[in-house]
Amino acid sequence: MFLGFTIFMFGPIVFSLYMSFTDWPLLGSAEFIGIDNYKAVVQDPEFETVLKNTFIFTGGLVPLNICLALGLALLLKDKLPGIGFFRTAIFVPVVTSLVVWAIVWKYMFATDYGFINQILGLFGMEARAWLYDTDLAMPVVIFISVLKNVGLNMILFLAGLQLVPKGLYEAAKIDGANRFRQFFNVTLPIITPTIFLTTIITIIGAMKIFAQIYVMTRGGPENSTKVLVYYIWEKAFQSFEMGYASALAFILFFIILIFTLIQWQLRKRWVYNED
Amino acid sequence: MKTNIGFTSFKYIMLITISVVMLMPFVWMLSTSLKDPTQIFVFPPEFLPWPINVSNYVEVLVDSFFLRQLFNSIYIGAAVTVGTLLLGSMAGYAFARIPFRGSSLIFLLFLSVMMIPAEVTIIPLFLLMRDLGFIDTHVPLIILPIFGAGGAFAIFVMRQFFKQIPKELEEAARMDGCSRWRIFWTIMLPLSKPALATVTIFTFLQNWDEFLQPLIFIKSRELMTIPVGLSLFTDEAGTAWHLLMSASVLATLPVLIVFFFAQQQFIESLAMSGSKE
Repeated sequence: MFLGFTIFMFGPIVFSLYMSFTDWPLLGSAEFIGIDNYKAVVQDPEFETVLKNTFIFTGGLVPLNICLALGLALLLKDKLPGIGFFRTAIFVPVVTSLVVWAIVWKYMFATDYGFINQILGLFGMEARAWLYDTDLAMPVVIFISVLKNVGLNMILFLAGLQLVPKGLYEAAKIDGANRFRQFFNVTLPIITPTIFLTTIITIIGAMKIFAQIYVMTRGGPENSTKVLVYYIWEKAFQSFEMGYASALAFILFFIILIFTLIQWQLRKRWVYNED
Repeated sequence: MKTNIGFTSFKYIMLITISVVMLMPFVWMLSTSLKDPTQIFVFPPEFLPWPINVSNYVEVLVDSFFLRQLFNSIYIGAAVTVGTLLLGSMAGYAFARIPFRGSSLIFLLFLSVMMIPAEVTIIPLFLLMRDLGFIDTHVPLIILPIFGAGGAFAIFVMRQFFKQIPKELEEAARMDGCSRWRIFWTIMLPLSKPALATVTIFTFLQNWDEFLQPLIFIKSRELMTIPVGLSLFTDEAGTAWHLLMSASVLATLPVLIVFFFAQQQFIESLAMSGSKE
């Protein structure tokens, strides 16, 4: 087991770090060039766009996903007739293949006679070129990505909400706290560990977005949806600049690491039951 | 109780809206898959195509690489899941019960693997697999996930679970002359069904969705997995949406059927893995 991980995981990590210091074409030999790749990355205007897009995607997706998931969990927490149906409906996209999901939405957002534009047309609204508009493509990708995975976070929140002792609500009610007070003073503090966990998982996932972009926009229009992993793939397997792509991959790794460490440090401030 | 009725109707309106948005792609996918190409872009949109046309399905099944790719996805997913279960449970047991030197340090290393994005190692792995002659074979798609983040996750879940099982149980078995191997197979594994279910569900779903690795390692169409196969469908047929939608329906059905039968298990196991920090 350890051998397997050494060959397929730890070794490649070290090797990848080494590669990031070389000029490494797919065919032919590598040449050690020190930190030149990293210097080039810093000066690469396309990298700047790509990094910005990655943050826009993450910054858009994470709060939407967490708020919607928490809201849905609160709506579905108590027994209501038909609750099984709603849970299933919200969870079904999670088990659907991401590529299928992206393909179907791409089709629904098609420009001329796409489903979304047809529906808008029924209400007399103007058709848009959703995925070919630099202002609209990214929001569309964020929207479909939130819908794809919100069910997973919702389930984690449902599990977290079960841990809230029922007695606390009774006590709050006796003290005259309304629904909102109950939520902010009782529920929210107790589920902070779940919020913490889902936020970390969702941020890491968002930083690594690839399949949706590949299927729906290929980074376009005009690079408006080109994100970091897509750029790594393009550099490594389209233009075969393996060394440069390795440097990009390490930058992704460090960004994720830094985000996680910051979260980890901040958790003491707001996560319940942590010292 | 007036406010309560108001609140309940508000709940239902929200839930119905979001469910409609969630289910719309499936309805539209199914509807398009049953249409003739001429019926696709008509205004206003038709939800119930008439006449119903199953020839798209016939065309996808007979004429393309579709069935082959579906089979690839299923068998690779099964192989990865079985491999992950075997190695994950054995390694998890070792970490939970067998003291050895550097055990906690190695466990920490495995945990760190879960944090490292697969994209960091994909380039060296591609070169390694190329030099070993495994490009355009299923070998990397089966081996790599087992020794990646998925494998590390399995070890973690199994270790946590084995730690909860009372030690006395094992000690009693050892008194009766059971070997460690037999204790593992006949006592520990049967007890750990919930953890094994979690690992199975996670591994299979993760694998069913994997896109970057098959995209990089596989060149020939008949060796591709379903996600990559479907994503290329768009390119080359231009926009043969009616066929693509039939293929998408067929690719979604197996997972959906499994999900509907094992729904409770699914949701419980996902919830368990989340709260067990």
